[in-house]
Amino acid sequence: MNCLLSLLFHQGVLDEQFLQLQQLQDETSPNFVSEVVNIYFHESEKHLKKLRGLLSDREFPDYKKVGIHLNQFMGSSSSIGAKRVRNVCLAFRAASEQNNRAGCLRALEFLEHEYCYLKNRLHELFQIEQHRVMAAGVWYPMQD
Amino acid sequence: MTVEERPVNAGNDEPKDRFPVGMRVLAVDDDPTCLRLLDTLLRRCQYHVTTTSQAITALKMLRENKNRFDLVISDVHMPDMDGFKLLELVGLEMDLPVIMLSANSDTKVVMKGIAHGAVDYLLKPVRIEELKNIWQHVLRRRKFDSKDQNNSNHPEKPQGSGESGQGNLAGGNADKNAKQNRKRKDQDEDEDEDCEDNGLENEDPDTATQKKPRVVWSVELHRKFVAAVNQLGIDKAVPKRILDLMNVERLTRENVASHLQKYRLYLKRISCVASQQANMVAALGGKDPSYLQMASLDGFGDFHALNGSGQLPNAALTSLPPAGMLGRLNTPAGLGIRGLAPSGMIQLGRAQNSSNPINDLGKLRPVVLSGNRNGNLLQGMPTSLELDQLQQSKCISRIGEFSGRNEQTVFPVAGGFSETAVTIGSSNNSFLTVANNPLMLQGHPQLTQSRGLRNPSSVNIAPRNPEPFDIGGGVSSHVSDQNRCNDNWQSAVPLTGFPSNSIPLGTPFNHADLGHSNLTDTISQMGSHIGNNPLDICSTSIVPAPLQDSRSDMQCQANILIGNNVQHDSSKFSNFGGLGNNLDQSLNGPKQRWEDHRQDYSTNSNLLFSSINSSLPTHGVVSQLTQRLGQNTVVSNQNVDTSLLSQSNSGAYLLQHNMDTPIRLKEEYSLEQTQAQNGFISNSCGSLEDLMAAMIKQEQQEAKLMDGGDIGYEVYPLRTFPNGIYSALLSFLAMYPVLFPTIEHWHENPFKPSEIR
Repeated sequence: MNCLLSLLFHQGVLDEQFLQLQQLQDETSPNFVSEVVNIYFHESEKHLKKLRGLLSDREFPDYKKVGIHLNQFMGSSSSIGAKRVRNVCLAFRAASEQNNRAGCLRALEFLEHEYCYLKNRLHELFQIEQHRVMAAGVWYPMQD
Repeated sequence: MTVEERPVNAGNDEPKDRFPVGMRVLAVDDDPTCLRLLDTLLRRCQYHVTTTSQAITALKMLRENKNRFDLVISDVHMPDMDGFKLLELVGLEMDLPVIMLSANSDTKVVMKGIAHGAVDYLLKPVRIEELKNIWQHVLRRRKFDSKDQNNSNHPEKPQGSGESGQGNLAGGNADKNAKQNRKRKDQDEDEDEDCEDNGLENEDPDTATQKKPRVVWSVELHRKFVAAVNQLGIDKAVPKRILDLMNVERLTRENVASHLQKYRLYLKRISCVASQQANMVAALGGKDPSYLQMASLDGFGDFHALNGSGQLPNAALTSLPPAGMLGRLNTPAGLGIRGLAPSGMIQLGRAQNSSNPINDLGKLRPVVLSGNRNGNLLQGMPTSLELDQLQQSKCISRIGEFSGRNEQTVFPVAGGFSETAVTIGSSNNSFLTVANNPLMLQGHPQLTQSRGLRNPSSVNIAPRNPEPFDIGGGVSSHVSDQNRCNDNWQSAVPLTGFPSNSIPLGTPFNHADLGHSNLTDTISQMGSHIGNNPLDICSTSIVPAPLQDSRSDMQCQANILIGNNVQHDSSKFSNFGGLGNNLDQSLNGPKQRWEDHRQDYSTNSNLLFSSINSSLPTHGVVSQLTQRLGQNTVVSNQNVDTSLLSQSNSGAYLLQHNMDTPIRLKEEYSLEQTQAQNGFISNSCGSLEDLMAAMIKQEQQEAKLMDGGDIGYEVYPLRTFPNGIYSALLSFLAMYPVLFPTIEHWHENPFKPSEIR
């Protein structure tokens, strides 16, 4: 898992904020990271759907609402440490401030892609972690 | 107002020495991710945390028990209530320190937050180090309050029903608190006659527990104050003489002194706006005293009628709960005033150290109004007032109340402006946001190039800000002003703020928009397309992904293209060539090369892309691509579509890059895309895992070599794909049409990068 994690860091998918999340995980909140990340996924998908819907309006997409959703998406992404997602959000925000629908759509696609990538990678990460925990658990009886 | 009797106490029953441990924090954020994170972070700091995602709930909790919390942390952008509004209300009613939280780091918004009285403004992502220090705000506020209590023990301070005088700066707090207390009470009881007569009353039951008596600057009291100041002349007004003129019992010189200080600051801030208002003032002239109608005004237009006379009958005034207005006005006032003149904001920000500027504005507002000016003020108010009608009417009543004062020409305008500001505030919130948006470009980490440009843009935008705020006396509809300004801003952004960036970003987007609807669908379905076309992915993996800059993107896409063709026979490959012919001529050359070098894509792709990069006439190509894509959406050959789409994507990438605005994320994106695709490949071609492993391993290694920068791409060596493996792959894939898993299954990639060790 560390390899995957370092890869993600190297790729810029995650940043040190994710490390902060991990540091917050302890005995009192053993699944903190996965909980927060799952909340993030859940909310993000809502945001992405909303953004997609808002921008599908060919004539006058409601850029204000786009900005609101984007702002929230950006906030949660940066809180998770999803650096690349956040960067795309920034570009997206710029496009929406210009009322550039094409730009927004483009950015939305990038966003969806980045988000999907992040989600897959994080799922992987959690799976590996789970396997590791399970594997570690198997040893306990033997160690007794 | 929290625990006054125990100045340095952390919480309800917390021992003194444990503070800040156990400090009771209320966290408000509509984003559950951030809220959860905040909750855990605060608990880690050993605070006592209550969270809610609704600002309204938070207010309810706060109002239920004002001693329940020590500190409030609130997000700025919330659906049910604006964060600034919550900030003001909390500051007014509960006198709790409020920390703002936002993902938006725009200076203007931060300034607005501070101007509204936030004790701090944190940016998301929130770090625990910052949260570890927030208890200082609580302590600071308590110290000021304690100071007020000490001052209240002065002999000359009369003791009303628990009133106290104030110190100076501390008095500011006390003033604010007193005012807040009074406001709260006023809001509770529509009209408090006692307040008018006895502005020194401390009506807050909770604060009654406080030892310090406070002077509450009621509207009447303030009216007297302003009258006295006007009589004396603002320059000559000294607290002693004002006090004498006011002739109010239980008011101390210190009270007056601190109030005067605030008033002066307010005037200073207003005066810069006043000059702009001067014209409006002149234009407005006398109008009928239809201010009374303001009571039912919910819009701007009515204000115009009021412009004339400014001689509001006091009758109208009395019909309105004065205190309530002030209280409510403060909320938008802060907003509006903050949003109005940036200079004003700055002044206000400066002036307001510990006190809530809104209070000052609220206090000073009615005083400033004078007869003819009132019209201006009213006109200046935006129609999109968030204030309820009552507030508006109160404002007007305030205006009318002081309509008789004509001594200070500047102030009335300013006052009116502030009124306007109040109303504008809320409407300007979005305004500011719009204005701020262009400035937000500065925050873009990627748009480094345009930094220089952004600065001018921000500079350009800044002056714009005052424009809508000049409305103060705007004869024209404020709303229209706003709209105009909004448009100006939005249009200004591309003009000033976003020169290089906007063009590069916008243009490719524009071009992409040609066939965008189709593109969008196709692109969004690309994953599934890819899924359906394992060969595409495989081919992608075959060709080494990491090509420099946009080239890599193109390469990835070209891989897909090539893969598609490879999937078919060479005859089909000619189809691709045909398709290539459909594309811009500039691509034909490379395509032909693709046909020629199907076996060794790696080496050729570089060449191809190099040529493509150089030959592509940026927009032209992309537009062609998009057009083609649009046409080809229905083409049965999905592979081609996908490839074209990817190509257009990469074309867009190219544009981006060619536009000299290397957006790092795209580069990384392309790389990641490749890697992701590699993952896909392994997913679908399970039996080819060995092959894939070999290929992807190389790519992964190369990816690791990459540092994600432009230069990093350059470092990548071209890999020559082993022909033997490739042909084996081809034959296998030809026999084994695998339905590619959907995006959701991406994470089930059996081939995990972690395995590459």
